[in-house]
Amino acid sequence: MLLGPALGVSAALFTLGVFGVLLRRNAIVIFMCVELMLNAVNLTFVALAQRLGVAGQIFVFFVMAVAAAEAAVGLAIILAIFRHRGTVDLQNINLLKG
Amino acid sequence: MNLDFQALDLSRTCDLLVALAPELALTLAALVVLLVVAWRHRTLEDVRLAGWLTLAGLGAAGFAAWFLWWNGARAAGIPAMIAVDDFRLVADWLFLGTAALTVLVSFDYLAREELWVPEYFALLLFATLGMMLMAGAEDLMVLFLGLELMSIALYVLAGSSRRSASGAEAALKYFLLGAFASGFLLYGIALVYGATATTNLTLIGVQVVTLGLQHSTMLLIGLGLLLVGFGFKVAAVPFHMWAPDVYDGSPTPITGYMATAVKAAAFAALFRVLGESFAAVPAWHAIVWWLAVATMVVGNLVALAQRTLKRMLAYSSIAHAGYLLVAVATGTGAGAAAFLFYLVAYTLMTLAAFALLAAKGTNGERDVRIDDLAGLAQRRPWLALALAVCMLSLLGIPGTAGFIGKWYILVAATASGQGLLAAILVLASVISAGYYLPVIMAMYMQPEPSAEAHAGMRLGRLGSAVVAAAVAGLLFFGVRPNRLLDIARVSGASVRAAPAVSSDVTPAPLREPTGR
Repeated sequence: MLLGPALGVSAALFTLGVFGVLLRRNAIVIFMCVELMLNAVNLTFVALAQRLGVAGQIFVFFVMAVAAAEAAVGLAIILAIFRHRGTVDLQNINLLKG
Repeated sequence: MNLDFQALDLSRTCDLLVALAPELALTLAALVVLLVVAWRHRTLEDVRLAGWLTLAGLGAAGFAAWFLWWNGARAAGIPAMIAVDDFRLVADWLFLGTAALTVLVSFDYLAREELWVPEYFALLLFATLGMMLMAGAEDLMVLFLGLELMSIALYVLAGSSRRSASGAEAALKYFLLGAFASGFLLYGIALVYGATATTNLTLIGVQVVTLGLQHSTMLLIGLGLLLVGFGFKVAAVPFHMWAPDVYDGSPTPITGYMATAVKAAAFAALFRVLGESFAAVPAWHAIVWWLAVATMVVGNLVALAQRTLKRMLAYSSIAHAGYLLVAVATGTGAGAAAFLFYLVAYTLMTLAAFALLAAKGTNGERDVRIDDLAGLAQRRPWLALALAVCMLSLLGIPGTAGFIGKWYILVAATASGQGLLAAILVLASVISAGYYLPVIMAMYMQPEPSAEAHAGMRLGRLGSAVVAAAVAGLLFFGVRPNRLLDIARVSGASVRAAPAVSSDVTPAPLREPTGR
């Protein structure tokens, strides 16, 4: 039930997350946008799992566990940057200089 | 306990444990190292102890992989979570070998840079374990877990030099863009699951053919997102922007490890996904074609503009990802063999080049310019010779493994009708002479600026052994590639879509309710 709307919402959330990562400049906000993308994926999995069997729901648990591990490492790295630079604004860190 | 290695039934615990022996050995080693460094992490001796334990663990895992390979291990029965084939075991060797060489280089490097990072070796083991899971994943779930295990360990390793601001920046960039890429990969997995109702690679391939999904929108979007995710991981243009900065800021042995093993793992997973699941979908050939062209051209052109050796090698590794993508784009058996052969050659030459760079510089080697190598040949002839061989092999001069690898890629590309791609590869290699040859010219043709110019350059006994082994390997495979190529051909052929569409393969592994 409601498969179409659920997929639409998750696609919209994912797109929001992608644009957030590309447009925002604060490391923590970018990280939150990445989490938004992951949660959009989780919503997709849950919505699809109604029809396609339990594998999708199992996947959600793995994604949540991995996202937690990523958050632990990521926040530690952001903290390290803050200790060096006194800011977490990527404008001063030249991300994507290439 | 009756084990039939040619037909391991992965639904039985005993057979599953045997099939997973290399991974289990490595997990055990990583946990032991973690425990040991929790108690002993104060002196140089403790770091060395952790390093030797790591090497022992890598050796044990390598032996397990060799044992399975020697007995011709295969999985039988319904497709499981993990693949048991030559491709996985040969890729395991590559990762374990790269990790072992990295550990050997790291001993001297950690001591010299006074990096007392106790978790360094344990993280290296976990990253290697993630790579092995990626190369052996028969299910997108395992692939994702392996990828994240590898990536999270590497985010920390990239920033393992806590005093260095550039190290922290590298870790942050790698982390943010790596997590971003994982998001794309995951969404791709979700959509592929939505289209095919399964996450098993073989079953996806079966479903695509039986349900006629070759042009299904959901599957194609999912495939595209998967390719974006993998594009980030292998640093293919236009998803390469993180690579130079991250390679630049990380400790040099880790840079070498990232440029070789990480790329190899991502390529191995990409190769398996495309070969087993999407062999029947024509759309990816065009995408990979364009990725390969963009990566070769941009990687080589931008490398020309680099002045420091470390950034030049970073862009060179991007360019080489382009050559490997050419082999993937062919999608034939010859392409698979060329792909594996080139992966081995590329790993040897890049790892040796980074090991030599680690010997040259200090403070992260970010400031070693190509001109700083002037006159190295008079002062340190053997080091200069080793670096020259690496450069010539990266360039693809006959007599080195780099040439043989490129040659097989070219043959595979022309044989599959990709003449234009082969021509672009040759042109890109010609461009690459513009930045590999100046290194050799600086070493052999320019005078030493001062008597102390190369005084600080020292490569310990272990580091020298690594470089000597890599250079010997490059020259050996450049002259006698047959045995390696045979292994590459057999292993490449072991990755393929399920042969015939049999109606008894149920898409979703649902059990019939049999109880009364």
